[in-house]
Amino acid sequence: MSGAENTRALADPTPDQAVPHRARRFATLSDRAIAWLFIAPTMFLLLAINIFPLVWAIRLSFTGFMANLPNPARFVGIDNYVDILTDEDIWQHFQVTAHFVFWTIALQVLIGFGLALLINQKFRGHSFWTTLILLPMMLSPAVVGNFWTLLFQPQIGPFNYFIGFFAGLAPSSFTMIGSVDLAPWTIVIVNTWMWTPYVMLICLAGLRSIPEYIYEAAEVDRASAWRQFWTITLPMVLPFLMLAVLFQAIQSFEMFDMVNLLTSGGPGSTTELVSITLKRAAFEKWQTGYASALAVILFVTIFGAANIYVKVLNKVKQQ
Amino acid sequence: MSDAHAPRPFSEPSPLVRWLAAMLVVTYAIVSLLPLAWIGATAFKSQSDAIAYPPKVFFTPTLEGFVDLFTVQTHQPHDFITKLSPPSTWYEKLARDRDMVIAGPSRVIERFLNSLIIGFGSTILATLLGTLTAYAFSRFKVPLADDLMFFILSTRMMPPIAVAVPIYMMYRYLGLYDTRIGMILLYTAVNVSLAVWLLKGFIDEIPREYEEAALIDGYTRLQAFRKVVLPQAVTGIAATAIFCLIFSWNEYAFDLLLSNAQAQTMPPFIPFIIGEGGQDWPAVAAGTTLFLVPIVIFTIALRKHLLRGITFGAVRK
Repeated sequence: MSGAENTRALADPTPDQAVPHRARRFATLSDRAIAWLFIAPTMFLLLAINIFPLVWAIRLSFTGFMANLPNPARFVGIDNYVDILTDEDIWQHFQVTAHFVFWTIALQVLIGFGLALLINQKFRGHSFWTTLILLPMMLSPAVVGNFWTLLFQPQIGPFNYFIGFFAGLAPSSFTMIGSVDLAPWTIVIVNTWMWTPYVMLICLAGLRSIPEYIYEAAEVDRASAWRQFWTITLPMVLPFLMLAVLFQAIQSFEMFDMVNLLTSGGPGSTTELVSITLKRAAFEKWQTGYASALAVILFVTIFGAANIYVKVLNKVKQQ
Repeated sequence: MSDAHAPRPFSEPSPLVRWLAAMLVVTYAIVSLLPLAWIGATAFKSQSDAIAYPPKVFFTPTLEGFVDLFTVQTHQPHDFITKLSPPSTWYEKLARDRDMVIAGPSRVIERFLNSLIIGFGSTILATLLGTLTAYAFSRFKVPLADDLMFFILSTRMMPPIAVAVPIYMMYRYLGLYDTRIGMILLYTAVNVSLAVWLLKGFIDEIPREYEEAALIDGYTRLQAFRKVVLPQAVTGIAATAIFCLIFSWNEYAFDLLLSNAQAQTMPPFIPFIIGEGGQDWPAVAAGTTLFLVPIVIFTIALRKHLLRGITFGAVRK
């Protein structure tokens, strides 16, 4: 940009000019020096606390190291990776994770987009109710997830009464957390409750970005409301919706806090997400090398999927 | 985008549609807030009311939960209690009524302080670093700027659990395990990516002309940054800081794995408030309520910037 070049010329120190006294020492700093001075600390921190551990994890993933033992790391090649990828249990945990990610995102998109459409009708007080709806997503998933264990209690918790009342079931006739069939849905319910507002907020931004004149033109052409929705509203909100899905997919794929406190993977391993398996391997069984390999696989999966997704998203945006 | 000059709305929804939409939205809001209301109510229940069968909607409020939260109590035989000198404070009386004797303060205050120190420490650091970096990316020609920005964003995509293992080992080695400074540095590293992205958006919106005018007036670059850009960016910086604070306040996984007795914050602590014979739900609810209230206030204060914050500045309006 030429603007930066111009200002750099202007900022060059000219000692004869009346540069305010205190700044003289810094006045000799060129823009380039300032830029690096401003960027370096952040980069250093990220390298030290994000990249260095990641590189170390990659290195550890080729060893049989156990962090609770003094033995030095023994190089085992790709054994850890082979173990993980041929382990049926791990595949089962990936399936549990996939079930969780798929359903929670499907529900968030359906409810979130629906709510955004409703709020966009701009009834009186809509911004007040929008703010209230947003509250759950700002709260700590761990602290709130922990409390849901009480809400889900079959006899003393209100959840079963609420559902039982509307479904005509006896409140103590089913258990949510304790049951193999329903437990996977408890984590879907809590996560959806928490993050639907997120999807809603982004969809609302998408809806508000659609210029009014497009609808006016459609109205002139006598396009039905249904047709307007499919040809105008949906395509124009789609990039926003896809962005929301991207953020939420990453987040639920990495989900740990809420599930760790709500079900901690049980009953059996019906809600054991990969992140829970990873925590157990790393901090309970102390299989550091093995856990590192799993971490690398998780990271590569997220990063790879996100990259492909962003490419698709950019294509949608261009249309 | 273009809603700045939208004329009068062309196709106003009919009153019936509006009314229906309002009803559905209000119903959703109320249902989704019920769990939070239940937490708030449980904080003021007695232990038996909290786990009553069937669940109690109406109950006599009591502060037992808060007393349990802040004190450690021991169960004593009733005869022993009656022989004691009468309770000197209202909370001692509350405990005595249940045959309990207060033995001392609980650890919750330390945990709360840790949450505050780690939260504010990392927020200040992340906002400071973020402001400097965002300014540099916004105003100077940085080589590979796009790649560096993407790199900063990508650090946020790492699953916390995945990097926790090597960070744990590194922290053990450096003596940062279970220290407040270690947690501050870690949360700063997580937050700085958000801070840079948000603040770059905010600073990009400040017209360059102001600074250029200041430079012509003889200000140095740093003076222009301090006296022209910073005052203009103050709202953005405040919004960013609140987002960082909320993240640090809510964070659980890192603190669970990398702290123990010294640096533990509230989220890993709250689930382990155990009373006599199991979870003391009123105390848990009291702790949860006290923990959530600041976030509720911040969310309301932030509502105009929420969208930006949760999308890393990708969606602004």
